[in-house]
Amino acid sequence: MAESIEEIEFITSLSRPTKGCAGDTGEWRVFRPVKDETKCNNCLICWIYCPEACISKSDIEIDYQYCKGCGICAEECPTKAIVMVKEEKR
Amino acid sequence: MRVLETGNHLVALAVRAAGVEVVPAYPITPQTQVIEKVAELIAGGHMDAEYIPVESEHSACAALIAASLTGARAFSATSAHGLAYMHEMVHFAAGIRAPVVMANINRALGPGWNIWCDHQDSISQRDTGWLQIYVASHQEVIDSVIQGFKITENWSVMLPLMVNLDAFVLSHTYTDAEVPEIEEVREFLPPYKPRWKLDPRFPVTHGSVVYPDDFSETRQSMQIGQNNARRVIKEVCRDYAEVFGRWHGDMVEEYLIDDAEIAIVAMGTLASESRVVVDVLRQEGLRVGLFRIRFFRPFPIEEIRSLGERVKSILVIDRNYSYGMEGAVFTELKGALYGFSNVPVRNLIVGLGGRDVSYELIADMTRKAISGELGEITWGDSRITPSHRVTLECLEEFKKLLG
Amino acid sequence: MVTLKSLPEEELFLAGSTACHGCPSSLALRIAFKALGSNMVLIVVASCTSVLQGSYPLSAINVPLLNIAFAAGGAGASGAVAGFKALKKRGEIEEEPTVVMWGGDGGTYDIGIQSLSGAAERETNFIYFCYNNEMYSNTGTQRSGATPLGAWTTTTPAGKHQHRKDIAQIMIAHRIPYVATVSLAYPLDFYQKMQKAKSIVGTKYIELLAPCPPGWKFPSSKTIEVSRLAVQSGMWLLYEHENGETRFTAATKKIIEGKVKKRPVKEYLEMQGRFRPVLEKPEGKEAEDLLEKEVTESIRRLKGWVPEYI
Repeated sequence: MAESIEEIEFITSLSRPTKGCAGDTGEWRVFRPVKDETKCNNCLICWIYCPEACISKSDIEIDYQYCKGCGICAEECPTKAIVMVKEEKR
Repeated sequence: MRVLETGNHLVALAVRAAGVEVVPAYPITPQTQVIEKVAELIAGGHMDAEYIPVESEHSACAALIAASLTGARAFSATSAHGLAYMHEMVHFAAGIRAPVVMANINRALGPGWNIWCDHQDSISQRDTGWLQIYVASHQEVIDSVIQGFKITENWSVMLPLMVNLDAFVLSHTYTDAEVPEIEEVREFLPPYKPRWKLDPRFPVTHGSVVYPDDFSETRQSMQIGQNNARRVIKEVCRDYAEVFGRWHGDMVEEYLIDDAEIAIVAMGTLASESRVVVDVLRQEGLRVGLFRIRFFRPFPIEEIRSLGERVKSILVIDRNYSYGMEGAVFTELKGALYGFSNVPVRNLIVGLGGRDVSYELIADMTRKAISGELGEITWGDSRITPSHRVTLECLEEFKKLLG
Repeated sequence: MVTLKSLPEEELFLAGSTACHGCPSSLALRIAFKALGSNMVLIVVASCTSVLQGSYPLSAINVPLLNIAFAAGGAGASGAVAGFKALKKRGEIEEEPTVVMWGGDGGTYDIGIQSLSGAAERETNFIYFCYNNEMYSNTGTQRSGATPLGAWTTTTPAGKHQHRKDIAQIMIAHRIPYVATVSLAYPLDFYQKMQKAKSIVGTKYIELLAPCPPGWKFPSSKTIEVSRLAVQSGMWLLYEHENGETRFTAATKKIIEGKVKKRPVKEYLEMQGRFRPVLEKPEGKEAEDLLEKEVTESIRRLKGWVPEYI
């Protein structure tokens, strides 16, 4: 590995697409969306409205590693299958 | 191909010969004929490129950058207020390492409006990271555009390059010049091969937010590019001379420096004028030489230190002024000499706003510099004109009105 | 027929970005990417999206992205379009990627209007996408040319005194082939308009009303609800303009046709903290009336482009 910029010669601001570019943004969460399987009718409304791409289309799984807990999914769910639950102190 | 053309049209012919693919540009006096000629060549089927008639210079430079990042060879041309208006994007082009070439027709900045030649416009872009050539002849205009692409596209440089030519003195005057054939140029300058680009096959983000932890190195890398350019410029100019048989110097061009006691240092066509001064004063028995700075960025530090060792005094002609200080080339030259030479250096400010500079004036100032009569900084052509007297009358009227 | 089920699963906006909670721009990017696919290039002018994409050396955006200066959106897109055209001519690429310029209302209504107008007048083949959050959210919620009358911002502490401009109509005046407004509350309408924009050659202008939770002062869970009420109250009208004709879409169409009653602007204003300072004052009612009048005028103007109303 090069030790100094003189050896590298070239650095410019190229950034690589990466999931979690801001880290585990799930840590930002104050309220956690919790899905009630019995009420979910797979309408995909929560999926399409998630601003963070944290709900899977195939099985409506919430990705808690990155979900910031904005609450849109719970707010918009037509069957009230998602509720926001306060996170325990970490 | 031997042609009889204006400096501006020669820029356009060189752009065609260099295989440029995208030309975004906005007209401004005295650059207009460059882009008119490009548009004409494209419309007539004599040039295969995309011409983007943008609505401003800021947009010209933005489009230039984006076109280059797709992997196309891109060129633009501007002048004075146009260059100043695109200043943000001038920084951007260097910061994002776009290997583009832009011709700047050196013109004064207003107010008052002045379309004539001085170097204030490009000197004001000194710290943007661009390489800057100042040319002294019509032939050098063509050759510099072609050399320019070869230099900027070198992977160890990747910094944009500005070819500066003096308004009217070069831009609007006709001279016969040799324009190399496209095939010949293609061999010397193959199609642009980017080091990275905007490519859906490998999507990356260009120019994202960079935090203090990482920023400095991106800028140090630009300086490394400038340093590398010193080597690349010499190689390219040498190779160019071998292929095309023409030499205009590389970083600098010297004329009768070796036995000179005083060196006149100048850029652009005032260097051509100073060449006449050297011949005239040599006839008088004065040992005068000319040291033409061709590349202002990267600055020819080594060459100037060598000059400091060889001559007894230096007269720097500046066609610009850094207000609150002195002529910009004067400052830079002294900076390069610091700690290496104590040779006395004098600064002559002439030719602002296109005022004609005669060889007699420069010769006179050089004689004074030799005899020690010239002050440190001399506005060599300063005088109160009849027009200035009218302004003074107006000021008197205002005094009565406003107290 | 396009349904939620038929939308692509692939996400080109990658989870774990630096966007705020409930950000309308990140959601808009997600939906736009689904409609446009991966053979595209995104130009982003200085805006919240410069920041929410993440920072060096990582990015949340899985398409090639060029960040460019605030005023340079239309011009940057013009350069990219010309560059790809040159590459195609040279035989280096088979198909030119879709060039999409992504900017906020600052980069569109104000500092960027010149370069947008120039690119449109030159009939540049690209999609200009404006996510309009009606203020300079990225710098901390200052007023813009898109800020509605009465709204609080840090530079209109007593509420804005002037009306917002109607830039979509300015774009229609450029005679470009496609202008459309979209809303996050109507994702299929949004998706279809993006797909249509992709299929049309020339300049396409799409504008999203982008309710910004921290800027507009509403809870992050309400981004969609505020978006919906904006449309239902007429403060955001959904339509598309093609071949010199306007067509109302989604809920706006139903309101215009009288199938659904328009909700009062007041309801929309009361959902947001940014209107509270003006609503609490005696002149609050006047602001409300002026905005209702603005809605009526906007509908009347749009109807002038709809054949059945002319």
